[in-house]
Amino acid sequence: MGLEEKLPSGVLLTSVEKLVNWTRKSSLWPATFGLACCAIEMMASGAGRYDLARFGMEVFRASPRQADLMIVAGRVSQKMAPVLRQIYDQMPEPRWVLAMGVCASSGGMFNNYAIVQGVDHVVPVDMYLPGCPPRPEMLTDAILKLHYKIQHEPLGAKRAAQQAAARADGTAPDLHLEMPSSVRFDPEKRRAYEAAAAAGRTGQFASEQRGGHALLLPGTGAPR
Amino acid sequence: MTDGFRRGAFGVTGSGDTSGFGGLVRVEPGGAVALHSTDRPYGGWFDEVTDALIDAVGEATWAAAVPRVLVDRGEITYFVVREHLLTLVQALRDDEALRFELCSSVSAVDYLDSGGPAANAGRPRFHVVHHLTSMTYRRRIRLEVAVTAEDPHVPSVTGVYPTADWHEREVWDMFGVVFDGHPALTRILMPDDWDGHPQRKDYPLGGVPVEYVGAQIPPPDERRSYR
Amino acid sequence: MTTTSDPYAGSRQTTEGRVYTVTGGDWDQTFGTDLHEEERLVVNMGPQHPSTHGVLRLVLDLEGETVTKARVVIGYLHTGIEKTTEYRTWTQGTTLVTRMDYLAPLFNETAYCLAVEKLLGIAVPQRAQTIRVLVMELNRIASHLVGLATFGMEMGALTGMTNGFRERELVLDVLEEITGLRMNHAYVRPGGLAQDLPAGVEVRIRELLTVMPERIAAMHRLLTGQPIWQRRLKDVGYLDVTGCLALGVTGPVLRSAGLPWDLRKVEPYCGYETYDFEVPTADTADAWGRYLVRVAEIGESLKIIGQAVDRLEPGPVMVEDKKIAWPAQLSLGADGMGNSLDHVRHIMGQSMEALIHHFKLVTEGFRVPAGQVYQAIESPRGELGYHVVSDGGTRPFRVHVRDPSFVNLQATAAMSEGGMIADVIAAIASIDPVMGGVDR
Repeated sequence: MGLEEKLPSGVLLTSVEKLVNWTRKSSLWPATFGLACCAIEMMASGAGRYDLARFGMEVFRASPRQADLMIVAGRVSQKMAPVLRQIYDQMPEPRWVLAMGVCASSGGMFNNYAIVQGVDHVVPVDMYLPGCPPRPEMLTDAILKLHYKIQHEPLGAKRAAQQAAARADGTAPDLHLEMPSSVRFDPEKRRAYEAAAAAGRTGQFASEQRGGHALLLPGTGAPR
Repeated sequence: MTDGFRRGAFGVTGSGDTSGFGGLVRVEPGGAVALHSTDRPYGGWFDEVTDALIDAVGEATWAAAVPRVLVDRGEITYFVVREHLLTLVQALRDDEALRFELCSSVSAVDYLDSGGPAANAGRPRFHVVHHLTSMTYRRRIRLEVAVTAEDPHVPSVTGVYPTADWHEREVWDMFGVVFDGHPALTRILMPDDWDGHPQRKDYPLGGVPVEYVGAQIPPPDERRSYR
Repeated sequence: MTTTSDPYAGSRQTTEGRVYTVTGGDWDQTFGTDLHEEERLVVNMGPQHPSTHGVLRLVLDLEGETVTKARVVIGYLHTGIEKTTEYRTWTQGTTLVTRMDYLAPLFNETAYCLAVEKLLGIAVPQRAQTIRVLVMELNRIASHLVGLATFGMEMGALTGMTNGFRERELVLDVLEEITGLRMNHAYVRPGGLAQDLPAGVEVRIRELLTVMPERIAAMHRLLTGQPIWQRRLKDVGYLDVTGCLALGVTGPVLRSAGLPWDLRKVEPYCGYETYDFEVPTADTADAWGRYLVRVAEIGESLKIIGQAVDRLEPGPVMVEDKKIAWPAQLSLGADGMGNSLDHVRHIMGQSMEALIHHFKLVTEGFRVPAGQVYQAIESPRGELGYHVVSDGGTRPFRVHVRDPSFVNLQATAAMSEGGMIADVIAAIASIDPVMGGVDR
């Protein structure tokens, strides 16, 4: 409703903030803003195998007035840009934008007259997701990272200023946006990750998690 | 490249190319567009279609309408004078021996600077290309109408092939060729208030420099090219 | 400062240039206050609408619920791909064209490569041809499944959508194993293929061949016999053969009107004349017929895939000419990326010529003799034609794509005018346009 933004700063606010952010992130309703190839992968994310419903967001809203997340899935042409901005303006606050795929993020391989070189020229973007197109797992991961970001968002102008100051003098906690979602939801792994992050060795940590292998392929059970 | 000849792979003069790979001098008088005409017989069904077309439109019209015929890579191209285009497509669609029922596509090619200025002097720049398909005989032919940038007018074939509607709008949008007689020749792909015709060769690609951490590379049309 | 009175796009000259303000809804000004016009309602659908099959915009004139005029506005996904190919090498063109009709990427690649090969005057090895047929037919199944899934979604049969996407994942698993990607594969290259088939993929394909018929039967059980589905589709979006030919419509829409026009049969390429399959047709010329044709085509594609797997013989998948063939075959390295260590060893330690060829091919690309060709293939949506012009250089001089979605979409007005507004959705869904192909 936006009322929570008007609360005074203080000890109470920290708890309210957590609650409000938790409610915000737990039922994020995306607007159907499918444009190109990524839209197909976005639809695949909503369908059976990848099942975004697990994260409380299977309800893609056709009306921007009922949505709070715009997944810009695909290349934005010069002709589409005003439409995109209008849809963004129709979404109620608080709202977030996820630029899905390289075209939406930076123009990608279409560096030419027809395509807007990154949707951040038109609307503010909260999360960039590379890939051409990104796999549904990547979209899920980007959305989980966005959830994490929302959970730690400051509430109110005062609190935002406090956090900005803390970030400036280095006393603010790291949000670990790089943390893989599989690690984030496992308390033990999460502690190990935080220790690794403090030592600046998250890359090695990820490799150790896979038993030293390059990658884990699905379906086989064993790393290859 | 000023004389229409290509020398070497990197465009160097003299003997700069030592690889022996692209060192051959290539002679391409017309650049992309061939300037010659194929002699009869063309071979295959090409002669049959051409004779039927001459029968349908009459010898005199044929001589005035089609100055050149080119057979290349198993495809036949009729270069058509624009004043006679409608007569020809009407005959091609309706004549029993021709029956080109389907207009597969209408597009254009901008031959600006192809083959160098020497080959380019006085040559019409835009070639409007019609691909026609005969479903009865399973044949395909190509018609080309060449026009200059100063007078880019071609008669619209929408009266004969309604499917050409969007194709011609696209050619207008992308190349600025005007199709006389088209019911509503407006932009189709670009926004209505767009300036210029993007697929013309003298219209820039419009890319922006790509930023990296500590480096920048120019847009694709300004990078080093090996033409 | 001057102002114009254009009701749609007013403009004002300012010191910084001309500023346009695009508005809608000023219908009274535009159409006056004619008494007969009072019944008339103009509805704008799209470009952002869940049922217009992408970023398609429709302007519908309504009298009550009857559509009297349907105008289609496209271009919201214009990407400038045709012009961008003129600034890339012939091989890089594959990567660009695959993103046009993004539900049929392998068809775009194959049509483009066949055109380039026609210009070059080369023929690809038999194994490459067979694999091209194999991946194209897999792609056709995936494309039709998405077509049916979105068809279901737009008609309100949401289970059709989730089922269609579930089945598509089975096909994509196989395609991913072959090409490395789920979509936009860039797998077919001028001269052959980027990679040979991975070991053991034949087993996966045969598994798919055993699973899919059951899934198609489930699709029939879910939708075909359903009375609501039938009533929504039958006699909707009617377009007969004459109308199809006048409007240039090809593919399942033309075949639903009864004409068995399939380029795989009438103008065979990639050796399609040696495969045993049928061209499904319907005689209803409506959305129902198009639905049935698409489901039947999935079955025919399965037949072709089975035959293609049976006839796979070991052999090269790229032409022998080292001046055209991309030199390296990638393998999965320890870092998870594609590597070609054998090739690096070869060019750095053994063969100076190989190094030269590699350097020339990667930096400059190969040259294609001057001329022009038109190459058409049967994509899931109809005749996909590539008109490719070369000036003898290392880059295409012009690539024009005759995309079936672009042409077929013109039939929207003919199919939906005079019908109900709800049937417009059924008509468009039955055309199954892909806006990436329409706008390119």
